Amino acid sequence: MTISSRFAGIGLLAAGLAIFPLLGPNAFVYDLAIRTIINAVVVIGLNLLFGYTGQISLGHAGFLGLGTYASAVLATHAGWAPLVALGIGAAGTGLLAFLIARPILSLKGHHLAMATLGLGIIISIVLNNETQYTGGSDGMSVPAFAIGQWQLRGDRNWYLLVSALLLIAVWAATNLVHSPAGRALQAIHGSEVAARVAGIDVTSVKVKVFVLSAVVASVMGSLEGHYLEFATPDSAGFVRSILLMAMVIVGGMASIVGSLIGAVMLTVLPQALSAFQGGETIVFGIILVATMIFMPNGLVPTVRDRMARLQS
Amino acid sequence: MLSQFLQFLLAGLTVGATYALAALGYTLVYNASGMINFAQGEFIMLGAMTASALVAAGFPLLSSLAIAIAFTTLVGFAMAKFAVEPARTTSMTSLIIITLGAGQVIRGAVEIGLGKGNHALPGLSDDRPLNVLGAALAPQALWIMGISLVIVITLFWYFNSTMHGKALVATSHNRLAAQLVGINTMGVLTFSFALSAALGAIGGVLLAPITFTSYSAGTMLGLKGFVAAAFGGLGSSVGAVVGGLALGVIESMTAAYISAAYKDAVAFVLIILLFLLAPHGLLGAKTSDRV
Repeated sequence: MTISSRFAGIGLLAAGLAIFPLLGPNAFVYDLAIRTIINAVVVIGLNLLFGYTGQISLGHAGFLGLGTYASAVLATHAGWAPLVALGIGAAGTGLLAFLIARPILSLKGHHLAMATLGLGIIISIVLNNETQYTGGSDGMSVPAFAIGQWQLRGDRNWYLLVSALLLIAVWAATNLVHSPAGRALQAIHGSEVAARVAGIDVTSVKVKVFVLSAVVASVMGSLEGHYLEFATPDSAGFVRSILLMAMVIVGGMASIVGSLIGAVMLTVLPQALSAFQGGETIVFGIILVATMIFMPNGLVPTVRDRMARLQS
Repeated sequence: MLSQFLQFLLAGLTVGATYALAALGYTLVYNASGMINFAQGEFIMLGAMTASALVAAGFPLLSSLAIAIAFTTLVGFAMAKFAVEPARTTSMTSLIIITLGAGQVIRGAVEIGLGKGNHALPGLSDDRPLNVLGAALAPQALWIMGISLVIVITLFWYFNSTMHGKALVATSHNRLAAQLVGINTMGVLTFSFALSAALGAIGGVLLAPITFTSYSAGTMLGLKGFVAAAFGGLGSSVGAVVGGLALGVIESMTAAYISAAYKDAVAFVLIILLFLLAPHGLLGAKTSDRV
C-alpha cells in the first residue's frame, strides 16, 4: 500500500462522509449514521488490539461504559464541564487499563478471553449496583455536550463531530499500522517468540495498544452518552462487548476498512431486525458462526485475497 | 448464629452443585477438544426454559423434564455438527467466537419462542422446607445435591472403565495419536458437546425451581460454571465439582456477610486473581492424567 493510495482511501472516506448530509437524510438515518460512526471508531481501536496484535478482549464495552458514566456522573453530580469530565474519564480508564494490562496480557488463549470478559462484567456489575450515583439498571440522564456557553445540539452537528473524529481515527490508525510500531504489532500476532527474538519489547507494545484502545473506547463512550443524553449499564455489558468484537471479526481482522464495514453492517442490521424480538440476536449469532466457517479472516481480507487470485 | 451459618452453607452448596454440573460440561468439551464452549450457559437456560414451557402447556412434570433434557442434548449435538465441525479450525479465537455465536442463536430463539419474562418451574417434590439443625433446607436442594452426586459418580466410572470414556480421555491427551489408533476423534467431539448439553439441561431444570429462569439467565450461569471449572484446573472432573461447590459457598457467604449486591462479582474477581497467581487452577496439575 503506497502513501498515495493511503491518502486516496482517506480522501474517499472524507468525500463520502461529506456527501452524506447533502442526500437530505431524515432524523432516523442521521441517528443511525452517528451511532454507526461511534461504533466504528471504537472498533478501529479494538482492531488494533485484537485484529493486528491478536489479543482477544471480551470486555471492551466495560471501557466504553466507564467513559459514558464518567461523563454522566461527573457532569450531573459534580457539575463539571463535559470536556473535563470526558478527559477525566479517558485518563481514569487509561490508568485502569495500564494497571491491569501487564498481568492480564501475560495470559494466553481462553485465559485471556476469560480475564477480559470478567473485567467487563465486574465493571457492569459496579455500574448496576452503585445506584446512588448511576441510577442502577434504570440508567441515568446525561446533560447535553457543551463547551462553555455553546451547546452541541442537533443531528447534523453531532454527525459532523463524529465524522471528524472518524477521519482522525482512520488516519492515525493507518499511519500507525504502516509505521515500525505497527509492524511490531503484527509481528506479535504472528509469533510472540519470533517478535521477541527480533528485538521487539513485546510486553510494552501490548500494554500500549491495550491502553490506546481502552482510551478510544472511553472517549467514544463519553460522547455516546452525551449524544443519547442517557446512560444505561447495557453500554458496558457483555452483549455490547461481543457486538464490538463481532464488528472486528466480520469486517476483517487487521483491516481498517474492515472495521468500518463491520461497524456499518452490525449497527444497521439489528436496527432493521428490531421489529421482531430476538430476531437480531439469532441473525447476529448466525453471522458470527458463518463468518468463522466461510471467511475466518473476515469480509475484507477474504474479498481482497479472491481479487488477487483472480488477477494472477 | 450457627443455624444461620448453616443456612448459608446449605444454600451455597445447593447452587454450587449446579455450578458443578455446568463446570463438568466445560471440562468434558475441553477434554475432548481443548476448546471452551461459551454456549454452555445457554444449554442450562434452554433446558430450564423448555421444561417450564412444557409444564405450562399442561405436560406432566417428569416427562417435561425428560423432553427438555433430550431436546437440549439434540441442540448440543446439532451445534457440534453444524457450527464447530465445519469450521475445521484449531484457532482458539475462532472457536470462542463460534461457540459465542451459537449461544446467541439459542438465546434469540428462546426469546422469540418464549418471550422475555421470568418463568417458574415446579420442584421435584413438595416445597415444605426440612429442618436441619435449625436451618431450613428446601427438598429441591436435596434433589440437586443427590442427582449431581449420581452424575459425578457415573461420569467417573465412564471415563475410567468404559472403552468409550477412555477414548475421550485419549483424545484429550493427544488428538493425533488417538486418531492413529483408530479413535473417531470427530465423533468424540460431537459426543462431548451432546453430553455437556445434557449436563447443562439437567442443571437448569434442577435449579429453576429455586431461582426462576429467563431467556437471558444463561450467560451468568455459564460464566460461573466456567469459573468453577477453571478453579479446579480445566480438565479435571474432581476439580470441576470441588470448584463448583466452593464457588457456590463463597458466593453465598459473600451475599450473607459482605454484600448481596456484589455476590455476582465475586466469581470474576476470583478468576482474575486465580489466573494471575495459579494459572493451572487450584487442583489442576500442568497435565491431568486421570479425568
